[in-house]
Amino acid sequence: MGLATLVLADARFPGGGHVHSGGLEEAVARGLVSDVPSLETFLLGRLRTSGVVAAGFAAAAAVPDATAVSPTSDNHPLTRPSPLVSGDGRYSDHRHSQEWWAELDAELDARTPSTAQREASRAQGRGTLRAVRAAWPSPVLDELVAVNPRPHHPLLVGAVCGIAGEPPEEAARCVAYLAVSGPASAAVRLLGLDPFAVNAVLVRLGPVLDAVVEKAVTDHLPAPSAPVLDLMAQAHVHHHRERVRLFVS
Amino acid sequence: MNADQHGHGHGHLISFDPTETDHDHHEAAPQSGRAVRIGIGGPVGSGKTALVAALARSLGDRVRLAVVTNDIYTTEDADFLRRNAVLPPERVEAVQTGCCPHTAIRDDITANLDAIETLESRFGDLELVLVESGGDNLTAVFSRGLVDAQIFVVDVAGGDKVPRKGGPGVTTADLLVINKTDLAPLVGADMDVMTGDATRIRGALPVITQSLVEDPAATEVGAWVLEQLACAPVPS
Repeated sequence: MGLATLVLADARFPGGGHVHSGGLEEAVARGLVSDVPSLETFLLGRLRTSGVVAAGFAAAAAVPDATAVSPTSDNHPLTRPSPLVSGDGRYSDHRHSQEWWAELDAELDARTPSTAQREASRAQGRGTLRAVRAAWPSPVLDELVAVNPRPHHPLLVGAVCGIAGEPPEEAARCVAYLAVSGPASAAVRLLGLDPFAVNAVLVRLGPVLDAVVEKAVTDHLPAPSAPVLDLMAQAHVHHHRERVRLFVS
Repeated sequence: MNADQHGHGHGHLISFDPTETDHDHHEAAPQSGRAVRIGIGGPVGSGKTALVAALARSLGDRVRLAVVTNDIYTTEDADFLRRNAVLPPERVEAVQTGCCPHTAIRDDITANLDAIETLESRFGDLELVLVESGGDNLTAVFSRGLVDAQIFVVDVAGGDKVPRKGGPGVTTADLLVINKTDLAPLVGADMDVMTGDATRIRGALPVITQSLVEDPAATEVGAWVLEQLACAPVPS
């Protein structure tokens, strides 16, 4: 992994990720996750559904910033066709334009039916933006933020990878990993699970993570869904109005 | 004694005199154009929320203020402030910290910055935002990226050894408040020990002892907060 994806995937990255549990808190409150085996099942399901969607969009957004990286270098992602751009030669003009970001933004909205999950994605994007702007200033970010001041988190991660010259595969891996590492950490905090056992679960997900990354970079903006996660995200917000919830999502 | 009058005919730019109490001229000034942000931290049950409520009551008429509360008992504290009609509900924003109150005020301040910016955009003319941390331990301090100044609140019922134990909260906060002094005789706390230790450990930094039972307006702390506002640059 390059430095950008290492930093973005670090639990100590100051982007506000630690206040989100990815539906884990609601699952714990309902008794669906109570120990390490049930956590593993939860994480597997999350990785294969919302993890794939997020990774797909991070990969799509991770086209390089032409001002930072030479597009003529070998093995460069620019040589891959974008799923969003036809082969009529518009590619280099279109990418990173507001129109291009707006298209990705709308497509991700469409794949996120739960308003609570859309809100959680944008909250994490907005949080990450502060740290990203300080570390990787770029006009690419201005274009993304012009579309929505609260960009979806996977799009922002992809944008940073593009700016830093890291390939779409790495952006996808970073976001897919975050889709499970955040809830895993929340489980340690909420249930007091053995942190070594939880860490081992994350490592056991390795082959699935690889498959998710592969799908993210080869499929045309994948759209698997997880209706129970959608419903639990909605319920989490609803319950927060009635009693204490420790995580935002 | 001032740095430029220390007895042998010349002045030093930097004073090494520990009794020197001049204001630190090198302290980062709050950015102009936004409300002054004051953090209020301290252990669980030391009276942070009660202090925020007292400040809101005593300063609310004079200063355009809003409050950010952090869990663990987010709803609890926010409801306390609203229920006591100290502040209208739209002036209180509650932050969830994912079980890590110290992370949310120090290592990753994103959630709190979001809450502050929400309040600032809701009320364009705020002068003061009080950020109350979740109850934590003696090592929890606010990031300078989040607040302009911070108050650390301990109470006599937590034991009169607390100031001596030190920790970044007690030693570095811009103001240390020793709360619930009315309980001192009941819990066998020696106020002289507490204030003596606190003053010794903090050098020139101020310490205020108070009882909100005896002074529900938190007069001294309120005056200190107003001083912080007066030091801030005029919003542009």
